[in-house]
Amino acid sequence: MTVQQPLSGEAVEHTTLAVPGVRCAACIARIEDGLSGVPGIVNARLNMTSKQLSVDHLATLQLPELVAAVERIGFEAQPLTADASTPASSESRQLLRCTAVAGFAAMNVMLLSVSVWSGAGGATRDVFHLLSGAIAIPTVAYAGRPFFRSAWSALRRGQTNMDVPVSIGVLLVTALSLYESLTGGAHAYFDGAVMLLFFLLTGRALDSVMRDRARDGVTALVRQSAPGAMILRADGRSEWVRAEALTPGDRIIVAAGERLAADGVVEQGDSATDRSLITGESKPCPVIPGDEVLAGTLNLSAPLTVRVTAAGADTGIAEIARLMSEAGQGRSRYVRIADRAARLYAPAVHTLAASSFLLWLVLGAGWHQALLVAAAVLIITCPCALGLAVPAAQIVAAGSLMRAGVLVKDGSALERLAEADRALFDKTGTLTLGRPDLINLEAIGPEQRPVALALAQASRHPLARALARSLQSTDVVAAPLAGVEEEPGFGIRATCNGVPVALGRGDGQDTLSATLSIGDDRTVLHFTDVLRPGCATTLQQLKRLGIEASVVSGDNRNSVAAALAGLGLTAQTGMRPEEKMDAVARLQGAGHKVLMVGDGLNDGPALAAGYVSMAPASASDVGQNAADAVFLGDSLAPVASAVRAARRTMRVVRQNFAIAVGYNIIAVPLAFAGLVTPLVAALAMSGSSIVVVANALRLRSAAQ
Amino acid sequence: MTGLALLIPLALALGLCGLGAFFWAMRGGQFDDMDGAGMRILIEDEE
Repeated sequence: MTVQQPLSGEAVEHTTLAVPGVRCAACIARIEDGLSGVPGIVNARLNMTSKQLSVDHLATLQLPELVAAVERIGFEAQPLTADASTPASSESRQLLRCTAVAGFAAMNVMLLSVSVWSGAGGATRDVFHLLSGAIAIPTVAYAGRPFFRSAWSALRRGQTNMDVPVSIGVLLVTALSLYESLTGGAHAYFDGAVMLLFFLLTGRALDSVMRDRARDGVTALVRQSAPGAMILRADGRSEWVRAEALTPGDRIIVAAGERLAADGVVEQGDSATDRSLITGESKPCPVIPGDEVLAGTLNLSAPLTVRVTAAGADTGIAEIARLMSEAGQGRSRYVRIADRAARLYAPAVHTLAASSFLLWLVLGAGWHQALLVAAAVLIITCPCALGLAVPAAQIVAAGSLMRAGVLVKDGSALERLAEADRALFDKTGTLTLGRPDLINLEAIGPEQRPVALALAQASRHPLARALARSLQSTDVVAAPLAGVEEEPGFGIRATCNGVPVALGRGDGQDTLSATLSIGDDRTVLHFTDVLRPGCATTLQQLKRLGIEASVVSGDNRNSVAAALAGLGLTAQTGMRPEEKMDAVARLQGAGHKVLMVGDGLNDGPALAAGYVSMAPASASDVGQNAADAVFLGDSLAPVASAVRAARRTMRVVRQNFAIAVGYNIIAVPLAFAGLVTPLVAALAMSGSSIVVVANALRLRSAAQ
Repeated sequence: MTGLALLIPLALALGLCGLGAFFWAMRGGQFDDMDGAGMRILIEDEE
């Protein structure tokens, strides 16, 4: 921890940055020590788990300087919006607290119960029962709340879920055991009630922790399309302003390589822009003063001065957000498999318990004994294994997928992924890498390469970066340059050993080419957006899994045909966001369960409308937030392995259900016959839970 | 029996201490960064 005392009276601001590149202890030390030397930074602390850096700094230190300071240390940093960094993990904390209390109570009540089972009698037994009650009743009141709340909200809507039988069972058993202990009865089931809560809470806490981990992982990846802009004041000063504080009429300066934070009209500058995030069109589009530009557009070659016409919720992106919230409503109607099971299970359990009560009454037992049998039936059928069957399998599978580079946001996503039978892919950024790559590296001679690398490294232009990436993979060392100059709209000029060298715009209108000149020697470099590695095999694997794939692209017919040659996919081209969404809806109307894979803003509505959706880590923030799962790395292979892993998970979940049902078939007749003592209930409950968890652990290698 | 009167409250009190310590640690943010906490021990202080 690094602390500098702020001067009194100066405002301290708090900023959270995502730093996805941190890996080891040395990274923590480098970032925290490095930032402590930066003037204006009061305190910096890196959270390794969520890969977030929280910085307290003086208000005079502006966001771009802060990001630049982290980048100087050698790490890429992305500012997070306020809502991305809210502690939604409070639910996990609440569940952990409940689990801790239930665990404490379960251990202590079990200690007392074991003494009773091993023969404590008379007054000792009664005291032990009362003590157990004194521990168990506050525990049920505290740790049972997540179940009671969920059961109550389901009942109020006239539905039932897994929590209804749990709540009724726990409450009835606790009340009956209290009556038994007060009247000096032989059997109290406090241990069963508390242990049931403990097992179920463990499953639920695991489920919640898994969701938090995935959410943190996604948050660390999210590239905000544009967190803010450098605004030009009337008096000539410039100042950094957050995107939400921009207003129409503001004039903003957009440097080459920056994204626009608002819609506007170009006032000054002559540049090319990349609109692929918004429209899916991969070809750079030239802009001149008077042209309209949209928020989220990437400015490629020269700085632009833009007069803002719409900001915040009024931008073109906002229309996409509206479509998305409409499209997402269908998905919220999905009922998770555990709840579907509960719809059959809960009525069956309650009928069984009620009929055992009536049967014993009819057979002449007293109401007291009949009630005891009914309670035993309830506790033995309480879905202890059933409550663990789904979360245990899903968290093990999600952990395995996370190691393989797929972040699955929640368990329901895994369930839906397993059912997908049709896939739609976006082109730009999804099937392709969404960035230009050099295709004629061999055109640069070995003696030219050091110069080319040095020039490429001096610029942030996407083509220069692509050139640097290609050259770095061939073990070239950059040549020393002198007098490096970036000329807006042209490129980089410098001299190397007295020879003038330059890397600049390509010939003619082709915006995906560049010219390398060394002395009088000129080489034209061509770039294109190449397919992701593993594209063809992934599509074949999906086909073998019974998932037919096709392409929906916002790009024009010719570039789609050129990019997808040889993949054998059918494609629809030139689609607007709402048309993509309609394509998904049409397929779902025909009974398909559509897996939508896309990255851009224009895919947002389709991602939200899909039965299940995936996005690459390079996707826009909108795409990543709408998707159910995010895959890391350049390769497309994780898409197929995620579907396979999801199907394996569902097989294990069904096996677990079968185990739980099999256990009930044996245990229920025993309970019905009145043979289940608290000892038998405790053994059966923990035994079935362990079997279910052990079965789930087989999924550790699910993603391989 | 007198042993029980002493031992049971003692066992419960110790258990409660553990529970209290867990709550305290959670409120203090000890579990916020499980990966980082394990790594920080490797950082050498220069002072």
